[in-house]
Amino acid sequence: MNRSPIIFFCLIGTVLLVMPTVRNSFALSDAYKDNIYNTGMLKPTDSVLKVSVGGKAPDFELKAVSGERVSLAQFRGKKNVVISFVPAAWTPVCSDQWPGYNIVKEMFDANVAILLGITVDNLPTLFSWTNQMGKLWFPVLSDFWPHGAVAKKFGVLRSDGMAERALFVIDKKGMVRYIDVHNINRRPSLDVLIGELEKLRNQK
Amino acid sequence: MRRMLCFALLAWGMILFGPSDGRSAGPPPVGGKLPELTLGVPKDAAEKTYLGLSGSDTFKIPMIRAKTVVVEIFSMYCPYCQKEAPNVNKAYEKIEADPSLKGKIKMIGIGVGNSTFEVGVFKKKYGVSFPLFPDGDFALHKLLGEVRTPYFLGVKLNPDGSHQVIHSRLGAFESVEKFLDEIIKASELKGEMQK
Repeated sequence: MNRSPIIFFCLIGTVLLVMPTVRNSFALSDAYKDNIYNTGMLKPTDSVLKVSVGGKAPDFELKAVSGERVSLAQFRGKKNVVISFVPAAWTPVCSDQWPGYNIVKEMFDANVAILLGITVDNLPTLFSWTNQMGKLWFPVLSDFWPHGAVAKKFGVLRSDGMAERALFVIDKKGMVRYIDVHNINRRPSLDVLIGELEKLRNQK
Repeated sequence: MRRMLCFALLAWGMILFGPSDGRSAGPPPVGGKLPELTLGVPKDAAEKTYLGLSGSDTFKIPMIRAKTVVVEIFSMYCPYCQKEAPNVNKAYEKIEADPSLKGKIKMIGIGVGNSTFEVGVFKKKYGVSFPLFPDGDFALHKLLGEVRTPYFLGVKLNPDGSHQVIHSRLGAFESVEKFLDEIIKASELKGEMQK
């Protein structure tokens, strides 16, 4: 008798069995109740970087949730800048990323660094979403229109219109010193980012 | 041969649709047992003494020297956990200040998706005195039914080595006193909490 049906079913079974184990992993704060949209597992990265370590960071100016306009150039000669692009408001991993940065202002201060949070969402959405996080000490900028223009300049705009989950460290001279275009389904660990900022401080 | 085929299909069906996919269906229910959670023995001597552990390898929650263990499932990244931290500390301080509770109720925290560094940040930021454990790869979180955070469990440890979950609830305390009262009652511990 032909054994191929057994092999076929076992193969399908194996695929189905493995699928849940490569699922998205995240913890969700009760702060958001049932308002988080589960995106499921996304393609880890989906863009081509346009900046590189050692190169100059493209300048930009965006409107913050607070109403002010924030540019990269305003920190030139004053502060190192960490840019945290996150894909979208009200999604699982993003919602539990900035609140962590929110309790380590001292670590940014110790390394003379400011954090700029950017998404491609519009300001009203960012306002509602970041309100759930408590009071944030860093500006949250909207790269909504022209849609994702700044994300595009850095080469982190995905084909679905979201930004990557990406971190850029830019020194006081405006040079890119560290890039992490992270797997969109995972949160980058704080250890690495703070380590990079400390490295920058020790080099000077 | 046909029998073999049927057997193979049945076996796969059991694996696919049975409860054996290594994923817990929900949080540990009151009256039930904890999943097998393996934690690293703290390096800090004071924390090790607090939990009454020996060795330097791993341990399971029922090995803690206590009558009841309160487990907070939290994340450094969770705004409600940050907001609740002072209340959780207050609960710990009340236990430690009350001779009828000290040594009987112990507290630990599990930082889901948090590295050792991240758990350390939370501990330092909020001055948490009880031991916190990292769960960087969400392995414990999966076993705990992927609860939202903060989530609180109370686990009663019986003299015969068995244990029961006596408290299992999502979200911030209504009040520190109410939380402790519930834990004390469910633990069947004698002695009144000092107000």
